[in-house]
Amino acid sequence: MTVPPKAPPSEWQYVAAAYGVVFVFVLGWVAIIGAKLQRLQRQLGDLVEKARDRG
Amino acid sequence: MGLIRAQNRTTAVATLAVLLLGSALGLIFFYAPTDADQGFSQRIFYFHVPIALTSYVCFAWGAWKALGVLRATEDPERVERNDLESYVAVHLGVVFGALTLITGSIWARASWGVWWSWGEDQLVLFLVLFLFYCAYFMLRFSVAPGRQRANMSAVYALFGVVLIPVSFLAIRLSKKFIHPVVFTSHGPQMATSQLATFCVALAAMLLLFATLYHVELAGKRVDIRLRELRELLT
Amino acid sequence: MSYLADVAALARKDLLLELRAKETLPSMLLFVVAALAIFHFALPAGTSHAAALGLLWSALVFTALLGLTRAFVPEREQGLLDALVLAPCDRSAIWLGKAIAVFAFLAAAEVVALPAFAAFFSSIDGSTVAAVALADVGICTVGTLLGAMAVAGHARELLLPLLFLPLAIPIVVGGVGASAGAGPRYLLFLVLYDAVFSLLAWGSFEYVVAEE
Repeated sequence: MTVPPKAPPSEWQYVAAAYGVVFVFVLGWVAIIGAKLQRLQRQLGDLVEKARDRG
Repeated sequence: MGLIRAQNRTTAVATLAVLLLGSALGLIFFYAPTDADQGFSQRIFYFHVPIALTSYVCFAWGAWKALGVLRATEDPERVERNDLESYVAVHLGVVFGALTLITGSIWARASWGVWWSWGEDQLVLFLVLFLFYCAYFMLRFSVAPGRQRANMSAVYALFGVVLIPVSFLAIRLSKKFIHPVVFTSHGPQMATSQLATFCVALAAMLLLFATLYHVELAGKRVDIRLRELRELLT
Repeated sequence: MSYLADVAALARKDLLLELRAKETLPSMLLFVVAALAIFHFALPAGTSHAAALGLLWSALVFTALLGLTRAFVPEREQGLLDALVLAPCDRSAIWLGKAIAVFAFLAAAEVVALPAFAAFFSSIDGSTVAAVALADVGICTVGTLLGAMAVAGHARELLLPLLFLPLAIPIVVGGVGASAGAGPRYLLFLVLYDAVFSLLAWGSFEYVVAEE
């Protein structure tokens, strides 16, 4: 059972903001890597096509 | 073969990172006691300081790989590999550095009501390092890729790692004649439970860096291979 | 011994070029005096001696930046840097020769700037002069290396302030502390900075100019 914090609400917000920033960063990073992966897969698909056309 | 082993390693590191981050968060909010002096906002420290320390590790790792660039004078493949690894490490160091500045600023606001304090050595040091390593990217982007760029980036990364202690010393010295500091930095005395929580958080951050490092490196390497392939096919 | 002869020859080349062209040094002199004048107008009345010292050091750093920016431009414009690198001398001799030349320009500018500061603001003491001399060593050794790096890219001289200013922060701290008479440790700190970074710059210059 969690004990409610005795600190005033504004302190809670600051702590949440600090951790939230880190969380958002990690999510953003994952999104960027995901986008990169999509681009790489597309490029790979194009190259496979080209190789097939070559024979 | 090497790629599969690297993939397994990355997955293992990532899993460990997730586990540690989860444990750290649990410990921070449910186990560690509320600090007597600073109240609830002291909990920001459990992330802020590990992120700062991880940033130092990033720059040190980048400098180590930079040394590898300078030493591998005869082997262009090793130069390229070390250069890429050094670049990714410095890049992540800047990212963690920015996070240090942001979380530090939030903590300063929570503790003293100001968004910045020149009295916080760590924050000021990170400002200087942030400026320095941002210039690293400007340098890299202004030179064409090649041996010279790898060398210059390596030399600059080495300068950076030497700058860290020199800057810290300078900042300590500067406090004598800059406006007197009313608020001092957080107390080093920690209860055992606090120390344990801190250590878990530190390990979590380091593993987060390791995960991001491997994933980013893998992505860049695949990019390079694809480019090679495209050149071969066209 | 031929290493020192190479260094002397290279430094002399830069000094002679400047004597003929008369571009860098006059602009540095004019800049530093103009900067000091602006600072006088920028400071509110009754500002302390310490604040004025801060502005002196700012003026010196930016004047040095001006000199450093000009330092490698002749080489790059005439493609001389490649020729120098091919010359049968130790590459670091290029760095040392250039650093000595820049030091000479900076010292010449300061011979004018320091008395001007004493006249415009307040008098300066021996430890300020010592601090300026030590700071010059650091500025010239580090700045010359960074100048060579900046010139290799396409952003050229625009890059140098970005590269140089973070590294100049410890110099300013040491310099202002020593000028403000806050103790001998600031001069010692400048000596430490000079030793560490000069060594690093001397060892890494040849990698910076390597082409292939």
